[in-house]
Amino acid sequence: MADTGTKGTGTIEALSLVPKAEAEQSMKDFKSDQEVRWCPGCGDYAILAAVQGFMPELGLAKENIVFVSGIGCSSRFPYYMNTYGMHSIHGRAPAIATGLASSRRDLSVWVVTGDGDALSIGGNHLIHALRRNVNLKILLFNNRIYGLTKGQYSPTSEVGKITKSTPMGSLDAPFNPVSLALGAEASFVARTVDSDRKHLTDVLRQAAAHPGTALVEIYQNCNIFNDGAFEVLKDKQQAEEAVIRLDHGQPIRFGTDLAKGVVRNPQTGDLEVVDVSEDNQSQILVHDAHAASPTTAFALSRLADPHTLHHTPIGVFRSTERPVYDAQMSDQLDEAIEQNGKGDLAALLAGGDTWTVVG
Amino acid sequence: MTSQVSSPAEQADGAVVGEQRKRANDKDVRRLDRVIIRFAGDSGDGMQLTGDRFTSETASFGNDLSTLPNFPAEIRAPAGTLPGVSSFQLHFADHDILTPGDAPNVLVAMNPAALKANIADVPRGAEIIVNTDEFTKRAMQKVGYDTSPLEDGSLDGYHVHPVPLTALTVEALKEFELSRKDAGRSKNMFALGLLSWMYHRPTEGTERFLRSKFAKKPQIAAANIAAFHAGWNFGETTEDFAVSYEVAPASSAFPTGTYRNISGNLALSYGLIAASKQADLPLYLGSYPITPASDILHELSKHKNFGVRTFQAEDEIAGIGAALGAAFGGSLAVTTTSGPGVALKSETIGLAVSLELPLLVVDIQRGGPSTGLPTKTEQADLLQAMYGRNGEAPVPVVAPKTPADCFDAAIEAARIAITYRTPVFLLSDGYLANGSEPWRIPEIDQLPDLRTQFASGPNHTEADGAEVFWPYKRDAKTLARPWAIPGTPGLEHRIGGIEKQDGTGNISYDPANHEFMVRTRQAKIDGIEVPDLEVDDALGEANTLVLGWGSTYGPITAAVRRLRTAGERIAQAHLRHLNPFPKNLGEVLGRYDKVVVPEMNLGQLATLIRARYLVDARSYNQVNGMPFKAEQLATALKEAIHG
Repeated sequence: MADTGTKGTGTIEALSLVPKAEAEQSMKDFKSDQEVRWCPGCGDYAILAAVQGFMPELGLAKENIVFVSGIGCSSRFPYYMNTYGMHSIHGRAPAIATGLASSRRDLSVWVVTGDGDALSIGGNHLIHALRRNVNLKILLFNNRIYGLTKGQYSPTSEVGKITKSTPMGSLDAPFNPVSLALGAEASFVARTVDSDRKHLTDVLRQAAAHPGTALVEIYQNCNIFNDGAFEVLKDKQQAEEAVIRLDHGQPIRFGTDLAKGVVRNPQTGDLEVVDVSEDNQSQILVHDAHAASPTTAFALSRLADPHTLHHTPIGVFRSTERPVYDAQMSDQLDEAIEQNGKGDLAALLAGGDTWTVVG
Repeated sequence: MTSQVSSPAEQADGAVVGEQRKRANDKDVRRLDRVIIRFAGDSGDGMQLTGDRFTSETASFGNDLSTLPNFPAEIRAPAGTLPGVSSFQLHFADHDILTPGDAPNVLVAMNPAALKANIADVPRGAEIIVNTDEFTKRAMQKVGYDTSPLEDGSLDGYHVHPVPLTALTVEALKEFELSRKDAGRSKNMFALGLLSWMYHRPTEGTERFLRSKFAKKPQIAAANIAAFHAGWNFGETTEDFAVSYEVAPASSAFPTGTYRNISGNLALSYGLIAASKQADLPLYLGSYPITPASDILHELSKHKNFGVRTFQAEDEIAGIGAALGAAFGGSLAVTTTSGPGVALKSETIGLAVSLELPLLVVDIQRGGPSTGLPTKTEQADLLQAMYGRNGEAPVPVVAPKTPADCFDAAIEAARIAITYRTPVFLLSDGYLANGSEPWRIPEIDQLPDLRTQFASGPNHTEADGAEVFWPYKRDAKTLARPWAIPGTPGLEHRIGGIEKQDGTGNISYDPANHEFMVRTRQAKIDGIEVPDLEVDDALGEANTLVLGWGSTYGPITAAVRRLRTAGERIAQAHLRHLNPFPKNLGEVLGRYDKVVVPEMNLGQLATLIRARYLVDARSYNQVNGMPFKAEQLATALKEAIHG
C-alpha cells in the first residue's frame, strides 16, 4: 500500500465506542521513531508493514489504539507502533489486555504474540480470553520455533523436529492453533500468511470488525532458525495444491483449475479432499464462517497435514456473534446502578447495625 | 457459682465483679467486666453463624469486643472427628479490649470432638455447656474417649451444664412438622438463645437476621426463631442455670461516634471502595479465589453500583495481569490473594515495578509454605513481599494492625500507590481477615483526598525546541513518573519490562543507564513519606522496647498493659510501614537497651531490623496458626526485661 493519506470510515460497529480520527491518517502516522530490530529477512517486517498500512483504514483516533504483547521476537511489535503500547511478560498479554479492554471500552486493544508466548507459557490466558470473548484482536505469529532464545522447538513444531534442545528429534505432538481456538469457544478464528499482504490485510479487516475476541494465526517465517517452514504455502506451484482458501459463501475448491474440493463424508461426517467431477460438484462444501456450530470449522482446521502442511486452509474459519465480555461487564454496572442507585459511600460504611456513643 | 470472675485483666482496673441483683424470676444476676465465650462444634453445626450472631448482638449492645473464628480448611470434614471441629471465640467487655482473649470462661461444646479439641484451652473453674445428645458411646470412641468425660471425673473442677440440646430443639419444633434431622439442625440457635439469656443479649437483631436469611423459606425462619426462643426460655426456667450475667456497654471506652462491628476483610473492601471514591478513579479488582482472601472478591463484586469492576480470572497471574492492564488504563487497580498467590504473581509485580504503575497487591497471609494452613493465620510473607522478585524490585509494604484498621491501611496503601506510581503490598492476615471488632464509622469528609493528575500534554523540550512527552521523566519531589493513559492525544508511548532509558522510556541496555534506573527506582521507594513511628513509653524509663507489626498489635498491647499493671517498665511501638521504614526508626531503636520483636513467623521483621540498623533485636516467635496469647507474650516480655 502506498503511504498516502487515508480517511478511514470509523464506522465499524464493534469499535463504535472508540473515538474517530479527526484527520486523514497514513501509514507513517503509525510508525514509531524506534529502529526496528528484527533479523533482516524476518517475516515480522511484512506483518508490521501490513498492520501499519491497514490501521488508517479503521479511522480510529490513534491514541485510543493499544498494542499489548508478551515476550518473544514478535512481542517487540508494540515498540514500532506509534500508538499506546505495552511490552509485558511472557505469556501474559491476553490477561493484561483483558484488564485494559474490560475497563476501557473506548480503546481498540490488540495483542501481539507468538507460538511460544501464546501456546506454551501463556496457553491458559489465551484459551480463557477466547472463551470470555473480550474485545481483543489477537495476532498470533506462528513460526513453529523459538527464535528469541535461539532455536528450540515450539508447541507448534512438527514431531521429530531437530533443534538445539531436541538433537534426536522432538517428541511432543504439536498444537493446531486454529483447532485449539475453536475448542476454546472462540467466536472469530482466522489464519493467514506473512507474505500475502492482501490476504493478511483482508483478514485483519474482518478481525477488526468482529465484536469480541478475534484470533488471527499468521504463519510467519523465521529465516534464522526455521527458514522455509511455510515455503510449501508460499511457493506458487506448491501452494496451488497445498493452500485451501476459505471465502464465506463460496464452495471450498482449490488446486490447479480448482480441480480439487472439500466434501463431507456421509459415513463419518468428516471432511475430505476430492477431485471435483460432474458427479460430486454439487456436494462441494460451501464455506459458512457464520455457522452457529463450530463443528465444520473444526473439521476444516484438521484438513492440514501437520508435517507437510498440505491442505492448509487459510482465511476466516469462523466468525460468529455472541455476547462480548466487556460490554456485559459494563452492562452489569449500569444495571446495579439502576437497581440500587449510584453508590453512596456514607450509607455503605454505616451498614445496617450501628450504635452511637455520645459524650 | 463464683468461677466466672475475670481472668487476668488487659487493663489495670480489670477485675471488677460488681453488684448482684435479682432477675424478675428470682434468679441471680451478676455483673462482669468481661467474658470470653467459645462456641465449638462440628463443621456442619453452624458455629461460625452462631458466633457471628452473638457478636452482632453484643456489638449492638455496645460492648467492646474482639473475635477469633477458627475453622478447618475442609468444607465438611468427616462428622464428629477432631479435624472437623470448628470454633468461634468472642471476647466482650465493658471496657476497651484488644484481643479475642487467651482462655474461654465459657465453652459451648456441641459434641465430644468439640470438647476434646478445646478443653486444653479452658481453665478449671470455667463453665462448659455440652450437648449431651451427641455424647453417645460411638461418638466418644471416635475421638478417643474410652469413658464418658461427663461421668469419669475428668471434668472435675469445671462447672458443667449437661443439656440435651438436640432433643430440646426437636421437642420445641415439633409443631413445625420437620424431620428429626432437620429440626435438630436448629440446635445452634437453641444454644444461641441460651447464651443470649445468660448474658442478657438483645434478641431483635437475631430474629430480624433469621427472617431475612430465610425470607424465601418462612417455615425455616420461624423454626429457627422458635429454637432461639426455646433456648432463651430454657435458661430462664431450668434450675441448672441459676445465674445470668451482665456486661455493661463499654461506653466510656469509646470516643463519641457511630459504631458498627466489622471484620478485617470487610473493612479492607470498604477501604478500597473509599480509596477509589477519594481518588476519583474507578476500582478494578483482578482476583482468583483463595482462602482467606476470597471474601474481598465476594464483597467488592456486590458493589458494582460504585463503578467497581471485579474480574474473576483464570489464575493468580491473570488476576494481577488484568489489574495491571486496568492500571495502565487509569483504574485504581487491585489484586487480592494469599501467600501462594503472591508467589505466582511475583513476575507481574516485578513488571509493575518496572512500568511504575499504581497497583495494590493485597496479601491475606496464611500458614505456609506451599498450601500450608489455608484457614490459619501467619505473618510469614513479609520477606516474600519485601524481596520475592527477580532483580532489584523494591515494593512498599503497609500492614494493618486490627480488623477495623484494615480500612485505613487500604486507603494508605492506595495513597502510596497513586502518589508514587508503584505497586504496594497490603499485608493483612487470616486473623485480621476473619476477626472482628467495633469500628467507629468515619466521616466521609475526613477521609484523605487521593486525587491525582493524569498527564495531559508534553513534558519535555528537545534540543531542537520540539515539545515531546517523556513517559519516564520524573517528578522532582516524589520521583514518580507521569501516568499517561491511553486515549490521551499526543502522549502515545510504549512501556515494557525491558530496561528503559531514563526520561524517554525507550529500550536501553546501556550499563550506566541501568545502574541509574535501578538506583532511582530504589530511591523513589526509600523516599516515600511515611509518618514517624510513635512510641508508647509513658514513663520514659523503660529500657526494653517491644516492636511489632501487623495483627500482633492486639496481643502485644494487651501484654504490655499487663506488665505495666504489674509494675514493669516497657516501651511499645508498632510498625504500619514495613517499606520504607519510618525515618525515625533507627533513632527509636537506639534509645533502648533491648528490642524484642514478637512475630508469627521465625523472625522476619527482626531480620530486617538487624540488617538495616545493626540492632541486636531479639525474636519471639510463634507459628502455630493462631494469634499470640497475651499472657504468654507478657511472660516472654517480662523475661526479656529482666534477662
